[in-house]
Amino acid sequence: MAKIIGGLTTSHVPAIGGAMARGVQNEPYWKPFFDGYLPVHKWLDEVKPDVAVVFYNDHGLNFFLDKMPTFAVGAAPEYHNADEGWGIPTLAPAKGNLDLSWHLIQHLVDREFDIVTCQEMLIDHAVSLPLKLFWPNGCPVTIVPICINTVQFPLPSAKRCYALGKAVGEAIASWDSDKKVVVIGTGGLSHQLDGERAGFINKPFDLKFMDSLVNDPEWATKYSIHELVEKTGTQGVELLMWLATRAAVPGAVRKVHANYHIPISNTAAGLMALEAV
Amino acid sequence: MAAKPIPGTTLFDGNQARKGYALNKMCFSFNSADNRAAFKADEEAYMRSYGLDAPQAEAIRTRNVLGLLAAGGNVYYLAKFAGILGLDVQDLGAAQTGMSKEDFKAMLVRQNEQPESAAVY
Repeated sequence: MAKIIGGLTTSHVPAIGGAMARGVQNEPYWKPFFDGYLPVHKWLDEVKPDVAVVFYNDHGLNFFLDKMPTFAVGAAPEYHNADEGWGIPTLAPAKGNLDLSWHLIQHLVDREFDIVTCQEMLIDHAVSLPLKLFWPNGCPVTIVPICINTVQFPLPSAKRCYALGKAVGEAIASWDSDKKVVVIGTGGLSHQLDGERAGFINKPFDLKFMDSLVNDPEWATKYSIHELVEKTGTQGVELLMWLATRAAVPGAVRKVHANYHIPISNTAAGLMALEAV
Repeated sequence: MAAKPIPGTTLFDGNQARKGYALNKMCFSFNSADNRAAFKADEEAYMRSYGLDAPQAEAIRTRNVLGLLAAGGNVYYLAKFAGILGLDVQDLGAAQTGMSKEDFKAMLVRQNEQPESAAVY
């Protein structure tokens, strides 16, 4: 059976793409952020995952308000990035893993998650940037993207996203394959782009949340979506991806590395690498 | 029971999504370089082709970010409009908070100083 080696969580701020394209990773503004990934590169070189399941939220590249799925699972042979309209470079496509996609779809529907399935799916910066951050020299893994709606309310609850993550973890563990799988969650941490409260960041909450993923994984499920927006900002609610990721990794985890840096763009940028033990 | 409002925050719910559909659809179209060029060539004609209502069109004309949100705009789509204008999210933050961009960026850096004792869980 396939083996879950651990979880990776990271912010996906679009400006990161611009910084990588300009090659300014060592400038003072960016260095504390990019240096955070170096110990994770070392870990990935050791554990060498074959496949990544990526929880992310689309920002108006693949999905518009005409059809807005709460949960959507990719089942495409290849996932392309494309022009997102705000001037960041388009990144390389990622290869899909169709066997795992359809195994996940079967398992999730069996478990009463009424997902949308996508045989064509553009991936935006929320997938393409993390792959580039984790594997700057080229992505060695095939992927299955899972999109969680954070655009249009009502959003799925933290508790529901945790349950989704748990079901995804069970599906991976029952996949008849010798592949090593890493689960990735992208987004957050606290930030708010819109409204008079733009620029809102909640550092104590972020740090508590990061700690909880190691020591008390279900901690954040006690909050409603409204409470999470209040505490982390309208886009900070992307922490749902981190929560689903942690839920997908069964049992205890070892913290390989974590980084937290304020600010990248308008965002408190976070990173965690958690190894299944 | 309605949850208590969050200051300075409009949740993009069903009401906003209904109100803002034409505006958001226009901004979604800006994923295409051809559409961005068409908008720049004739903003009024482009807005008419998407059926923006009067408050939406006025907020586009005046580059009024809070006005665009009030007219049902969603920030992810509005960011594509901001991209046409060469504005980033710090420009948007400054415009919405009434700060200069430099002050807004300095405010972001100062968030590092939030003490643990200020934590509210």
